[in-house]
Amino acid sequence: MTIYIPTPLRTYAGGKDAVEIGAATISEALTSLTSTYPELRKHLFTNEGKVRAFVNLYLNDEDVRYLPEKENSQVSGKDTLSIIPSIAGGNDSGQ
Amino acid sequence: MTFLSLANSVYERIRAHGEETYPHECCGALLGQSTPEGWRVIESIRAGNTRTDSAHNRYHIAPIELVRIQRSAREKGLEIAGFYHSHPDHPAQWSQTDFAEAHWLGCSYVITSVAKGKATITNSFLLAGTTEEDKRFEQESIRVENSPGEQNEQTLQETTSIKDQR
Repeated sequence: MTIYIPTPLRTYAGGKDAVEIGAATISEALTSLTSTYPELRKHLFTNEGKVRAFVNLYLNDEDVRYLPEKENSQVSGKDTLSIIPSIAGGNDSGQ
Repeated sequence: MTFLSLANSVYERIRAHGEETYPHECCGALLGQSTPEGWRVIESIRAGNTRTDSAHNRYHIAPIELVRIQRSAREKGLEIAGFYHSHPDHPAQWSQTDFAEAHWLGCSYVITSVAKGKATITNSFLLAGTTEEDKRFEQESIRVENSPGEQNEQTLQETTSIKDQR
């Protein structure tokens, strides 16, 4: 499968915007990715090993959080996994 | 200090977006290329604000929209250089909420103040640092480019004052 790396994390993935990984599940793919590029680990996972709250994972166009098997979902070579940090904010006017 | 170069069309478009959505916050993505001086933004993509519950002082871009924006950038040979949003009737300065919710390290966060429906100041802040723990916003100089290959060396403030004199 192809894992797409967002702009901020490319520094920790050899400058690549996409990485090809052979894996049976999303979890395996992420393990393989962070084994190849260990510096990515702290940016993607908490100390407890969970995906950081602001990191969104999309299998093709599906939010992994809402897949029945979540990160244990099966993947094939044609699948894509997008890593997307969240974007939000706003002024603190409180009005 | 780094620079954020914005094509003039992008600069005008993101400010117009803030005026159109007033009194709500607008938001979108900036696509461009990395240069030694900072990001050079060539295109902006409007995004929907999902925070309909509090759109006057909050914005949020749906992740699926970000996935599609990232895909679009890749197809064009560009990168996501940063994001923009507006502050209706509020200064063009980052807020604690902006900071807490900022996770795109190395990217630019552009904020336009829209006062009574009219875009006023536009500022850019680079999310510097290497991790969530040491991240910080650093103000950048905005450089508006008139057309491809023709750079306007004036800073945003100078450009604004020139326009105001017309």
